[in-house]
Amino acid sequence: MKILVVDDEEDVQPLFLQRFRKEIKNHELEFDFAQSGEEALDYLKDKHSEVVLILSDINMPGMSGIELLTHIREDFPTPPPPVVMMITAYGDEENYKQAMDKGADDFLTKPLDFNLLKEKLKTL
Amino acid sequence: MTFFTYAALFLLAIRLRRAIKSSPITAKWNAPLYGIALSTIGVAFLLDDLLPNAAIEGIVIALVLLGVVEFLKREPDFKRFHVLINAHYPLIAAVILSNIVGLISIKFYKTHDDYFQAAQLAAFGWIFLRVATSKKQQSELKRISERKDELEILVAERTAEITKQRNELQETVKELQSTQAQLIQQEKLASLGELTAGIAHEIQNPLNFVNNFSEVSMELIEEMEEEMAKGDMEEATAIANDIKQNLEKIRHHGKRADGIVKGMLQHSRASSNVKEPTNLNTIADEYFRLAYHGLRAKDKSFNADLVTNFDPALPSINIVSQDVGRVLLNMFTNAFYAVHQKQKTVGGDFKPRVEVSTRTIKAAKGSEVEIVVKDNGSGIPDAIKDKIMQPFFTTKPAGEGTGLGLSLSYDIIVKAHKGHININSKEGEGSEFIITLPVA
Repeated sequence: MKILVVDDEEDVQPLFLQRFRKEIKNHELEFDFAQSGEEALDYLKDKHSEVVLILSDINMPGMSGIELLTHIREDFPTPPPPVVMMITAYGDEENYKQAMDKGADDFLTKPLDFNLLKEKLKTL
Repeated sequence: MTFFTYAALFLLAIRLRRAIKSSPITAKWNAPLYGIALSTIGVAFLLDDLLPNAAIEGIVIALVLLGVVEFLKREPDFKRFHVLINAHYPLIAAVILSNIVGLISIKFYKTHDDYFQAAQLAAFGWIFLRVATSKKQQSELKRISERKDELEILVAERTAEITKQRNELQETVKELQSTQAQLIQQEKLASLGELTAGIAHEIQNPLNFVNNFSEVSMELIEEMEEEMAKGDMEEATAIANDIKQNLEKIRHHGKRADGIVKGMLQHSRASSNVKEPTNLNTIADEYFRLAYHGLRAKDKSFNADLVTNFDPALPSINIVSQDVGRVLLNMFTNAFYAVHQKQKTVGGDFKPRVEVSTRTIKAAKGSEVEIVVKDNGSGIPDAIKDKIMQPFFTTKPAGEGTGLGLSLSYDIIVKAHKGHININSKEGEGSEFIITLPVA
């Protein structure tokens, strides 16, 4: 299962790779990364059919996670659409509502609880 | 004819006594003058009996009168009665002259008796004339002195009034100065408030990494132990390498949070006014992100393109970094506010963009460092362009801005650092704030 992680923080990448070390080793999961909404859209142009789950930060310079979500829902409606989970440090009502309105499947807050994320992945 | 002399002496004493009535010198002179008046009568009887010759009696009493006149003239208390006192000289002279002539030649005196008597009478009359003049003069003087007193009271009143006003003004100036100091402190706190959300966000991120990397490292150590137990040293070494990298990252993010806290403390601390070599790129970058996240924390819908064009070869310059940092924070906050305002009115396709760039420029005297903060926001209307640097001028709704940001920025850049602030702005298109600071 391929997962795209969108976050402007570079160190998110080794973190995910280590957290999911076993899953990656066992070829259960595969990770790709983008550091901005723009980069993520570029990536998705070619590989949207491969990506099952997109985890995106909301608060990024340039295109925000919410905008990215909007684009994803508009540009890649072909079923099955990717599951999109939004991540933000600002875990407030407004952000949550906005993300859900724009078609997010789930909403996670930073600091990311990887055990919870693993549970959620199992149900996908 | 000696009667006139006695009468003159008696009347002089009585008149003076009356004239000084209810004046400060009354107590001192009332009794002596009364004494002179009374003794005049006594002397009149005494001399009449003692001296057989009327001519000698006339000379003696005239000399007594002269003595009294001379004494009174020397007394400063009677300075204002000189006209009255001096009026007695003609009488003294006439009496003495007549009686001397009478002593020398009684015959001559007798034949010219009328003239001598007329002269003495005239001299006696002269005293009354002078008394009238003196009275008039006295009343005039009294009027003038009263007027003077009135004026003096008026002047004293006015002076008191002016002194009171001056004291009030000094109080007001003191109050204004302390209010100004309070406002400056308030502005610092307000900008710290703007920073708080940004700081929280900026610290939260590195903290998350510290927590996550240490947690994952613990898992990795367990895995490493498992691999070692299995004897797979190659895999164990690979994991150890990962752990090493993670520790490095923990340290990196720990330092990042540390720097942010230090910066925050520096910002709120009263300025030390110590200029130290500082890399403007570093503080510009730091405050740029803090300002952005500060605004974002308040309004989640806000988003902007942050563009940085830092000259990597920018020389360090001597500045009070918290002060210049405060200026930059103010510029960034304004820029984000401007694009945010435009986004609210235009909406839709508008892409908010704030750009900060640094470069070195050659100036007439040595080189200068230039920082440009550029936004594509609402811009500054021409009508208020010359007002924006004024203290307390703000376009923000009441309670949102102190109106001191740019005014303090001007003080810091122009007055304290000998730099410049230039503004290019077009309403509806955006603004550009250009700060230049001398390198040396």
